[in-house]
Amino acid sequence: MIIIGELINASRKEIGTAIEAQDVNTVQQVAKDQSDAGANYIDVNAGIFVGKEPQYLEWLVQTVQEVTDTPCAIDSPDPIAVEAALKVHKGTAMINSISLEKERYDNLMPVLAGTDLKVIALCMSDGGMPETVDDRLKIADKLVNGLVQNKVKVENIFVDPLVQPMSVNNDFGMEFVVAVEQIMERFEGIHTACGLSNISYGLPARKFMNRTFMSMAICRGLDGAIVNPLDKGMMASIIAAEALAGRDDYCVNYLKGYRAGMLA
Amino acid sequence: MAVKDIAEAVVVMDRVKVVELVKTEIAAGTEIDEILNAGLIDAMDIVGQKFSDGSLFVPEMLMAAKAMKAGLEELKPHLSAGAAVSRGTVIIGTVKGDLHDIGKNLVALMMEGAGMDVVDLGVDIDAEKFVKAAIEHNAGVVALSALLTTTMPTMETIVAAIKEAGIAVKTIIGGAPVTAAFADQIGADGFSADAPGAVELTRKLLAA
Repeated sequence: MIIIGELINASRKEIGTAIEAQDVNTVQQVAKDQSDAGANYIDVNAGIFVGKEPQYLEWLVQTVQEVTDTPCAIDSPDPIAVEAALKVHKGTAMINSISLEKERYDNLMPVLAGTDLKVIALCMSDGGMPETVDDRLKIADKLVNGLVQNKVKVENIFVDPLVQPMSVNNDFGMEFVVAVEQIMERFEGIHTACGLSNISYGLPARKFMNRTFMSMAICRGLDGAIVNPLDKGMMASIIAAEALAGRDDYCVNYLKGYRAGMLA
Repeated sequence: MAVKDIAEAVVVMDRVKVVELVKTEIAAGTEIDEILNAGLIDAMDIVGQKFSDGSLFVPEMLMAAKAMKAGLEELKPHLSAGAAVSRGTVIIGTVKGDLHDIGKNLVALMMEGAGMDVVDLGVDIDAEKFVKAAIEHNAGVVALSALLTTTMPTMETIVAAIKEAGIAVKTIIGGAPVTAAFADQIGADGFSADAPGAVELTRKLLAA
């Protein structure tokens, strides 16, 4: 499972304040904690700072990479901000995210074309939010083809089929996981990833529903997740679900997790 | 007393019972206005309160609204002469560049439940469309939704355009990244963090 640690996001109060105050320690601690907890990418987002986003994103990348070798997921639709962050980034970054919305697509495709960058491809278009498996596949198809035509390798693409809240439509859970399965089948070597807390919007005991949903999605092939790596319950569910899905030979990771006290 | 039973049936989300009780009250000659207000609309206020205090959740709010609407359908044929029930008209939509509609839909639903006429423009709506709809429908309130930090500045543009158009309409804003401070900053007339709060706020603004 490829874990993208979601905590360095300016819309979280602690981080927003730290960015504004250029508080290196807070940002570095959160980065290090996430790496130690198993994050493969550290998401960096400065989206609330209109006008200062490029400068802050660049600062976040530098600050984070002083304490960890884990690459960043650069979380912005603005090509100027993304380029500013890439300029200082060491290693291969991930871009979070391109979508089929025209402006976003046209802005980010030139940044990605011909590079070895990883990219999250969000199933959203100007036609609105996808609801069915079919809606998602149509968008995924156009996105993946567009990226491949622009010389982005299939194995560098993480399609996010877009989670919608269960509380407003009974079908939203299954439509998502079936879409994951079909995307994984249709494009050999591709990845899928998502932030999934939206599934439990409007419901109580959200952590419980999020974890269960994660297990269901992993069972259908989901192999990337934008999560809080410090959420032990979530990380334990991911480890167990991967073993159950047959993606952990001899239960090596499950047992490693057990011995490291991660499954308690 | 039986009108209160209708409200109770809405609150426990029993659509079949709501319809049955509304039919009974109509047959018994109860004032249509009373069935509507004390039976259906008051019930949605209670539902809204329960949602705000965390004892009801989104799917339950949807079920209650469905039960309420089923009751309203029964009343409609009787609502003709003089029984104009609207408490004012609200134009609602998600702002240009933003396609999120779930929160906006919940707010629209709750406003309808509170007896307001709601014109839902949908998502990705620019200033011109909001202004046009506000004039066309003689609206009392325009409600703007945005879920992205990147589309919040668009709210400012739209609020400014509405003011510039010189129409007597109040503007309210909401959505995950939106705050009361932001509402003040862009000169909107109000902000709410949740759907029932938006209904309450709109009620006040329409009455003012």
